[in-house]
Parts: sequence; C-alpha cells; structure tokens
Amino acid sequence: MLKTFKLGGVHPAENKISSHQAIREIALPKRVFIPVSQHLGAPSKAIVQNGEVVKTGQLIARGESFISSHIHSPVSGKVFKVDEVIDISGYRKQAIIIDVEGDDWVETIDRSDEIKWEVLLSPKEIVDKINLMGIVGMGGATFPSHVKLMVPEGKTIDTLIINGVECEPYLTSDHRLMLERGEEVLIGAFILMKALRADRVIIGIEQNKPDAIAHLTNLCDKFPGFSVQALKVKYPQGGEKQLIKALMNREVPSGKLPFEVSCVVHNVGTAFAVYEAVQKNKPLIERVVTVTGKSLKEPSNFLVRIGTPISTLIEQAGGVPENTGKILSGGPMMGKALVSYDTPVVKGMSGIVLLPDQESVRVRVQNCIRCARCISACPMGLEPYLLAQLVAAEEYESAEKERVMDCIECGSCHYTCPSGRPLLDYIRVGKIKVGQIIRNRGKK
Amino acid sequence: MSTLIISGSPHIHTDQSVQKIMMGVIYALIPAFLVSIYFFGLDALLLTVVSVASCMLFEYLIQKYLIKGEITITDGSAVITGILLAFNVPSNLPIWIIIIGAFVSIGIAKMAFGGLGKNIFNPALVGRVFLLLSFPVQMTSWPVPRPLFMPQLTDAVTGPTALGILKEGLGAGKSLEELLPQLPTYVNDLMGNQGGSLGEVSAIALLIGAAYLFYKKIITWHIPVAYLGSAFIFAAILHLINPSLYITPFFHLITGGMILGVFYMATDMVSSPMSPRGMLIFGFGCGIITMLIRIWGSYPEGVSFAILLMNAVTPLINRGFKPARFG
Repeated sequence: MLKTFKLGGVHPAENKISSHQAIREIALPKRVFIPVSQHLGAPSKAIVQNGEVVKTGQLIARGESFISSHIHSPVSGKVFKVDEVIDISGYRKQAIIIDVEGDDWVETIDRSDEIKWEVLLSPKEIVDKINLMGIVGMGGATFPSHVKLMVPEGKTIDTLIINGVECEPYLTSDHRLMLERGEEVLIGAFILMKALRADRVIIGIEQNKPDAIAHLTNLCDKFPGFSVQALKVKYPQGGEKQLIKALMNREVPSGKLPFEVSCVVHNVGTAFAVYEAVQKNKPLIERVVTVTGKSLKEPSNFLVRIGTPISTLIEQAGGVPENTGKILSGGPMMGKALVSYDTPVVKGMSGIVLLPDQESVRVRVQNCIRCARCISACPMGLEPYLLAQLVAAEEYESAEKERVMDCIECGSCHYTCPSGRPLLDYIRVGKIKVGQIIRNRGKK
Repeated sequence: MSTLIISGSPHIHTDQSVQKIMMGVIYALIPAFLVSIYFFGLDALLLTVVSVASCMLFEYLIQKYLIKGEITITDGSAVITGILLAFNVPSNLPIWIIIIGAFVSIGIAKMAFGGLGKNIFNPALVGRVFLLLSFPVQMTSWPVPRPLFMPQLTDAVTGPTALGILKEGLGAGKSLEELLPQLPTYVNDLMGNQGGSLGEVSAIALLIGAAYLFYKKIITWHIPVAYLGSAFIFAAILHLINPSLYITPFFHLITGGMILGVFYMATDMVSSPMSPRGMLIFGFGCGIITMLIRIWGSYPEGVSFAILLMNAVTPLINRGFKPARFG
C-alpha cells in the first residue's frame, strides 16, 4: 500500500493541465519590480541608489536580521527608483525598480550547462553560501533556507526529506523540475544532506507523477542513502508535518519544528536553487513558475526572472482569457488572490492560476449542519467548526485551548464544508488574535 | 481585462452541498417508503405526503411571518423531517394528528432552537414522542399489513407489533415458548410484513437505503456499529443467562424502530456528536437505553426515547471527546 498521512486530508480535482509542458525561458521584460520583502522574516534593506547600474546577480538588498534573506538583481540595467509597488499581499510594499539593459551577469557566476557533481564546501561553508545567495523555501512558505540548516544544539538530523509532493491542484513547476533537472535537484539534496550531517535522503512524490518517480528512482542509484517514496494523492501531503508523518510515521509535536523528530524538509525547487548557489555560485534570481488555468490558451511552465510582472507571463501563455475572475499566486487551496496584473514574480511564487468567473465567487453560506466533515478533513485533528464559532464569539482564550495555533491554514475545512462556511477566514483571525495574546503574555 | 475578485484561500470548493446531502437521505428513504405503500396502501402515501407538506408549510410560515428571515424550505431538511415523522407513526393515524406532529417537529423542535443545524433534538422524534404521549390510543393501534392487490385474509384491522406481543405476554406471565408462535417470522420482520409504524417495518428496505448512505458518505459506521453492537451484546448476555425469559438478540435488531432509528435518526448530523469517539459513545448509549426500555421499561419500544436522551447529552459528549489531535 502507498504511504500517506493518517489524519484528515481532501482530494480536490487535480487539474494538472500543464504537466506535459517543458520548462521554457521567456524574453526579459523591460522593467522588473523587486519587493524587498519576499521571504518570511524581516524585509531586507535596499543598498542601491537611483540611477545605479547593476549586473545580473549583484546584491541589491541585504537581509540584516537572523531570519531574513539577501536579494540579488535578477537583471542587468539601471535602478529606476526604490518605490512602493503592489505585491502578492495586495498592499503597496517597498520594491527596487530596475530598467533592464542587456543581460550582463556578475563574472563569478558559472552559467555553463555542465553539471558539477563534486561538492567541495564544508557543512559550515554550505550554510553560509546558501545564506549569501538568498535562498528561501521555494514551495511557497519562503522561509530562509540557511536557518533551516542550523540544527539546534543537542539535536541531530537523521533524515532529509525532499518535498516533491506538489499536492496543490494545477501546479506543475516542481514536477517539471524533477523531470528536467533531476540530477541538479539530487545534487542539491546531497549538499543539504551534507550541511545537516544527515544519514539519508527520502524524496516524497505523489503517485500522480509516475514519470518523475521513475526518473528520480533511476538517478538515486548514483547517490548512496537516497530513496524515492511514492505517496497516495492526498492534500495537504506537501505540508511539512504531514509529509514527515507520511514518510517517517513521526509526529512533530504541537508548536515544535521538524528538528524535534530529527527531520528537515526542503522543497525540490529549493534543492535546485541550492545546487545552483553552491555549485554554480548563482544567487536566487529566477525560478520556475507554472502559468495555468482551464480557459488559458497555452498552460505553461516558465523559467522567469524574479521581478517580472505576471502580465508578461500570462501574455506568453496566450493572454488573459475573457472569463477570468480571479488570479492566484500559488495553488487554489493556499494561494493568494492577486489584485493586479502588474504584481511581480517573487521567490515563493510557484504558479499563477487563472480561475474562470463562475469558480471565482464563493458558494452561498448556509447554517452549519454539524456534519463533521471539517473535522474529518482537518490534517491537524482540530475542530474547525468549533474554532470558527469561538472566534466569532471572540472567545480567544478557548480558541487557544482548542489549539487554534496548530492550524496550518491548508483550507481543507472550508473546501469540504457543504454549507460553504468560511471556516479558515475565522480561524486566521483567531490565530492573529491568539498570537497577540501570547506575545503580550510573554512581555509580562 | 475584467475586474479581479479577491478572497482568502481556499479558492475552490467541493461539489457537495447541504441540498445534495439532504437529497441523498431522501433517496435512501425511498425503498422503505415503497414498502410502506405496498403493505399499508394509500394510507401510508397520504400520511407521508401530508406530513412532508405540513413540515414545509410550517417552516415557511414561521420563517416568513415570525422570523421574517430567509426561507430555507428548499434545503430538503424539512422534507426529511416530514418523511421520518410519518415513518414513525401507524399508517391509520388520523391526518389532523400528523399535522399537529409536524407543527411540534418543525415549530418547537427545530425553529424555536434557531432552525437548521441549531436544534438539540431530532425534530421528527420530538414530534413522534409528543404524539405518543398526547394520543396514546391512536399512536399504538397498528394496522395489520395487507399487501397491495391482495384480498383481506382476516377480519382484524389492527394488531400488535412484535415488541408489543412480547412485552404484554411477558407482563402477563407467559413464557417465551408460548409467545414465539404469535411473533412474526424473521422473514416477515425483514421484508416488512408485520405490524408497526409505517416506515419501520421492513429491515431490508431500510438497509438498502442505509447502504446508499454509506456509499454517499453521508453517514459513517461509528454510530450504527456502536448502537447495534451494544444493543446486541446487552440482549445476548441476558439471553444467555435466561433464554426462557429473554429473547434472542437477533429479534431485537430487526424489530420495532431499531433499523430506522439506528441508520436514519441516531445518525442525524445535527443532533449527534462530531468526533468519531463521541459518535461511538453516543451509539453505545443509544443501544443500552433502548434495551433497558424494551426489557424493563413500561413501553415496548425504546428507540425514540433512547435517541432523544442521547441527543440531550451530545453537547457534553462533544466537549469531552475531542478528535485525536496531530502532534
């Protein structure tokens, strides 16, 4: 029997319509918009002036606190200005705007196609390099990757898990990366394993990607300690805690990190970026983005520079369909609805999904019929109906006791609710309020 | 370019809806409905139609004129209450009595608590028990089943239920051996050729519908298994202790309102617990209380009371039995 996680989960229509489209590079845009905050943690600080000439791969914003990340110029050209632009959050945020001129790369970056197998750096050097190259979690959470490699005192890591699950409907960027850049992904995983001093690597892939499973299983022969595990298709298997449970049958305790159970999880996209950073000296300046939708002419997987407006990508995929109602950054379960076609691509953007009008509006909300489907769907074993009820009544202390902070915001509860109740909306409010209460408690 | 819609995630939704779930339950009740028409004729049809219509009408009137809110009679829940109420009464019940039952079910048990999803007790059962206590004679005169197109074989128009024969006989000091010949055969119990409320008589028809409910994932196994299991074990222990006084447990499972109650009313989403463990506790309690009433209570049948009593403790069960948490 195929492995999977036990508690909860749902199976929305997969709609992986772009899975057979090879990754394509697209022409550089005329102007790029690079938000200084495209990772979890403190925004980085712009270090370029208006009018300054920059090269592709040059550092343009520095991450100055522990949890932050450096940002490099994805293009060569002239800094137009540092201004506020609408990012994926829908708010205006500080961004460095660069007018593209040519494509002049920093000399130290190895741009050859040759695959570099030998890893020369020590674990410590690897962590520093990953930090220096601005690598963040590419699965969407954008947590600075080097922080995930700093194993706390007293803990050891036995297993590095590479997340090739891609459980979100529509998205295929990780799938294509595993198929087309399998070697690099595995070398990246090897680098991460070395940095963590782990014994083995398990690559988890859902069985709806049999070609990727077969390809990586073949390649694993070259890597002692590496194995591929096929997984039953179930959302949210790509969630860190769910994936560790599915592969290792270990449960990360409430409020704790995977370190606690001797595991670290990195996404295949991150492994690829790590390969490029460590072996090719290349900062994180481009990524694979799936551009897809049922009405889109040419659903595609593009290799694009960070900062490219999404309108450029959609144009390349056949233009905005007439019936478009919603544009998502990420998949339809956890993605963000975008407010502007000018939103720039950021490090964590795995896909652009265009939903037609009729799928863009929520269904009518009816009374809760206490069917308990939200409880069956919750992968954290919570009671979403109850949490929503407590938050609506502003009973945050009770919500905390009912473990509202354990919620991973996967959306399975709202997805599965026959009454169309916006359970996750309530729970998000609850998490913010309870978070404030916990912080205030810490201050006292 | 069109205007963009924004909202929080998730951005897709299951094709399930309240209406679809309610329709599923209605489909599941069709086999038992057909059997009731077969055995009890147009009385059963008329009573069910009137019950459904009055449930919908009362809900409409209350929402329109009392609450002045949204009209939700098309969600299917009032239809189910109407069918289940009719299923829980004898087919020869005067029409005006079922209308009173419908009023109690919808007006008091459902709308007074806040409508769909807010009621603590199963509305159909509240209506049924209200009628049983208010009209004990009409509610316990059971028409003898007479299959459609069949000539009437006996002069008797009404007769007792299997559980009634047992309770009265044992109460009068008769032994089980003397009573057994008077009881309907197991085949008749299963097919529905026995006295009883119009929708409860055929175990087979109800089980076919229940299989559909499982298939459609409208109900889970927890409550039915715990209910039937605890009732069976309870009856089996007594039967093993004294087989001449306590009838075999199989008899209890297929007579009276057991199958109807277990699969269609104890499993009512609104009034039963939410977590799997809570459902097991609930089913267990229903099974034990049903058997206590059947064996030692003054009523021959205890399914309705058992479920209503457990409905009352459902909020407590929800509080005490949480789902297994992750981590």
